[in-house]
Amino acid sequence: MTAVVNVFLKDGVLDPQGKAAHHALDSLGFSSVGDVRIGKQIIIKLDTTDKAKAETEVKEMCETLLANTVIEDYTIEIN
Amino acid sequence: MQEKTLKVAVLRFPGTNCEFDTQYAFEKLGYTTELVWHENEALPTDIDLVVVPGGFSYGDYLRSGSIARFSPVMKAVTAYANDGGKVLGICNGFQILTEAGLLPGALKRNNNLHFISKHQNLCVVNSDNAFLNKCENGEVLNIPIAHADGNYYIDDEGFKKIETNGQILLRYCDDKGKPVVVNGSVTSIAGVCNESKNVFGLMPHPERALEAILGSVDGVRMLEGFDV
Repeated sequence: MTAVVNVFLKDGVLDPQGKAAHHALDSLGFSSVGDVRIGKQIIIKLDTTDKAKAETEVKEMCETLLANTVIEDYTIEIN
Repeated sequence: MQEKTLKVAVLRFPGTNCEFDTQYAFEKLGYTTELVWHENEALPTDIDLVVVPGGFSYGDYLRSGSIARFSPVMKAVTAYANDGGKVLGICNGFQILTEAGLLPGALKRNNNLHFISKHQNLCVVNSDNAFLNKCENGEVLNIPIAHADGNYYIDDEGFKKIETNGQILLRYCDDKGKPVVVNGSVTSIAGVCNESKNVFGLMPHPERALEAILGSVDGVRMLEGFDV
């Protein structure tokens, strides 16, 4: 199985990279851009076929290491 | 310099690069130091202070300090801190200590996305602790900064708590002591301590401010603060 983890700064925590990309898009003429958030995607190959177990384990990975929950939120997708 | 009794353990992770400056600084002030490799599961038993020095542990991969905080030695540091032992994190060391949960808040990428390296004025906010007791509240110090991820973040609730408990140590300021925005830190915070005031962290480098020829000697009183 593959877990796809997306980690983003929390809403309300300023994302300076997103803001810089937003400004760049604006100056390139993409006037419809409302907000830009930049995060990271972590793809984990798992040696299991048990989806529920995988989800529990990946959540623990996020809480322990992959995200800093003081400033970041994460989403998990298991395929 | 007269020989002093304080002994300082300086940690070393892969990618640490301020360990020798830190050793030099404490030894110049007359203290004994010992480098401790990150794979060590124990700290030396005769120490009075642990310093987590600056650098780029594990290449700042994932987040600054996020991997170093799981090094074997950090278990010993956590036990040492929980037992009341004094710990000082400088720059990357500050990031490691927040990642380890030994200090409140987190350090984000600087708001202007730049690596900022310069001398910076700092205002002493709370000197009622082992680190800043040789300084005065409101005093302006000049200490170099050199970081990309020094943008201190803490949520409103956490901020109220550290402000009330006197855990805010230093703020970036101008030469009159008025806070200035340097990297986007919440209320310009440059350093904090934990609730029981035995774990300290700051982004500026006091070990680089010991000699007038290098621009400032204000770091001396910070490093000597622990010698009480």
